Amino acid sequence: MYQYDAYDHRLVRERVAQFRGQVVRRLKGDLTEEEFRPLRLMNGLYLQLHAYMLRVAVPYGTLSSEQLRMLARIARKYDKGYGHFTTRQNIQYNWLNLEDVPDLLADLASVEMHAIQTSGNCIRNVTADQYAGVSADEIEDPRIYAEIIRQWSTLHPEFSFLPRKFKIAVTGAPKDRAAVRVHDIGLQMRRNEKGEAGFEVLVGGGLGRTPIIAKTIRPFLPKRDLLSYLEAILRVYNQLGRRDNLHKARIKILVQSVGAERFTEMVEAEWQHLRDGALELPAETIAHIRAFFAAPAYETLEAKVPAFEAKRFEDRVFSEWCRTNLAPHKVPGYAIVNISLKATGEAPGDASAEQMETVADLAERHSFGELRVTHAQNLVLPHVKLADVFAVWQALAAAGLASANIGLITDTITCPGLDYCNLANARSIPVAQQISERFEALERQHDIGDLKIKISGCINACGHHHVGHIGLLGVDKKGEEFYQITLGGDAEEKASIGDIVGPAFAREKAVDAVETIVETYLARRQNGERFLDTYRRLGLAPFKEQLYDAR
Amino acid sequence: MTRQVITANRLRDGDVVYLAENGRWTPWLDEASVAETAAEAEAFMKIAEESEAACDVIGIYGMPVEGERLEPVSTRERIRAKGPTTRTDLGKQAEPDFAKRA
Repeated sequence: MYQYDAYDHRLVRERVAQFRGQVVRRLKGDLTEEEFRPLRLMNGLYLQLHAYMLRVAVPYGTLSSEQLRMLARIARKYDKGYGHFTTRQNIQYNWLNLEDVPDLLADLASVEMHAIQTSGNCIRNVTADQYAGVSADEIEDPRIYAEIIRQWSTLHPEFSFLPRKFKIAVTGAPKDRAAVRVHDIGLQMRRNEKGEAGFEVLVGGGLGRTPIIAKTIRPFLPKRDLLSYLEAILRVYNQLGRRDNLHKARIKILVQSVGAERFTEMVEAEWQHLRDGALELPAETIAHIRAFFAAPAYETLEAKVPAFEAKRFEDRVFSEWCRTNLAPHKVPGYAIVNISLKATGEAPGDASAEQMETVADLAERHSFGELRVTHAQNLVLPHVKLADVFAVWQALAAAGLASANIGLITDTITCPGLDYCNLANARSIPVAQQISERFEALERQHDIGDLKIKISGCINACGHHHVGHIGLLGVDKKGEEFYQITLGGDAEEKASIGDIVGPAFAREKAVDAVETIVETYLARRQNGERFLDTYRRLGLAPFKEQLYDAR
Repeated sequence: MTRQVITANRLRDGDVVYLAENGRWTPWLDEASVAETAAEAEAFMKIAEESEAACDVIGIYGMPVEGERLEPVSTRERIRAKGPTTRTDLGKQAEPDFAKRA
């Protein structure tokens, strides 16, 4: 894992001290709320419905056991004993006192963490594939480049007041687990015809009010040019992005309005001034950062572990969990263990302090002290010996963390919604809970197969509803909660925006509507088709018919 | 005019509060002062603005209420007044005082 150098330590310590002073001045009245608001937002501190909410950055979703233990301690000491993992691989606390936040930030700094640039119109926490460094299909560990981008973008003076927030995602594998096509910039590692590794650069993706799939503006960018090219993109955006209309300020609107071709020309022209200059990444710099992400000391093991296979054979519940929650590891004898935060009836992405501590202990004992947060609001133990998997599962089960539903219909992405969020129009969590209860039977979930439901409580789309195979968007109709349903969205390599199926459904009818959609799929699917395949073959018509004509 | 109360969040801890008698802020909706007329609402807002300037609260606004027991009209305000609907062990609804008032 990356370890802070003297600059990182100083920067974070100084920021804690600055914010401490700002809080004192605000409470004394030396700063008005108007003056204080941008300062607190720069440190990830929002005011939500019930209290202050702090969003803590988990850079590219990687955490150490020690850091997760501190997150648990913070949940207990300053909050109400839990935290919420978000779609940007971060964690949020919901019940903070303003006065406590400086101490909280100092605690975070003690484990090399902070909340800088988790809000505001700047480059936000860079996200990455949660299987970085351990998946067999990877060209290179994306965290090396995510960390380089983090260092470049942190407190970047030119990009601290962008027209709007700016999100970058990186994946090192052809399989897109980081939703790079719905980010302001998506970086997908590729090899050129000479076999050299570099990046396909995608720009202008995003969700929210105007969902757009990113356009490729450069099919291959050599690694040494990464920062100069990003700087060129940001410069064009900073200069031409709209500042007069909040809803038209994201880079996706600029790319759409001038066209991808013209936008590319502008970036390339700007890049001519920047390339081969101070931002060039020498191989030694990349090697220096790469060393932080070196593989842990894996043992040489057999790929087949008889004791593990025997347990799978003997224990049906364990076997079902293995089927969905394990992913192949690049090293023989190891597995990637996914920990679902989507237990039946619970709030997606929430974890109690005790659960965090259980996972931190398991990571320490069985995963070289390292774990990951996924954009689908789950956790990952990236390097578990197959021989240890049964014991890990037992410990997870004892902590209520052994839901066997990764990638299934109950593994929803869900924003906090109107139960917590100031911007929401409708609740999201109760809908997710109802879905998890309705489809609880595992046999049925497996029969339905790969089906991603994503739920947002407002058009800002924190729950990624546009790219859900089934998306639900909460809307307010004369004080009542309604849910608009979209079908056919996809956040992966063949990214697509879902189609609106028709008029929104009242709260009490929303989950029935989801069930009708699922039943329609099951009745119409052909051999081996996933929901998305069936939808792409048939389109909206049969679903619409079942949802509306029968009423 | 729709009956309304003035609500805000307390600066120090962000808690949801309502303007009550003598310019006091209360966490309990049943203690809030109710503006029955536009003139009353305006007068209450003036008191609230002074309190905001004195750094007691932030984000003041008028909130419509209905019924004898001062029920908020909107879902959003009902959630603010009680706490998350998904975690009844949290927020105002979880405090012993809340049950006494219900």
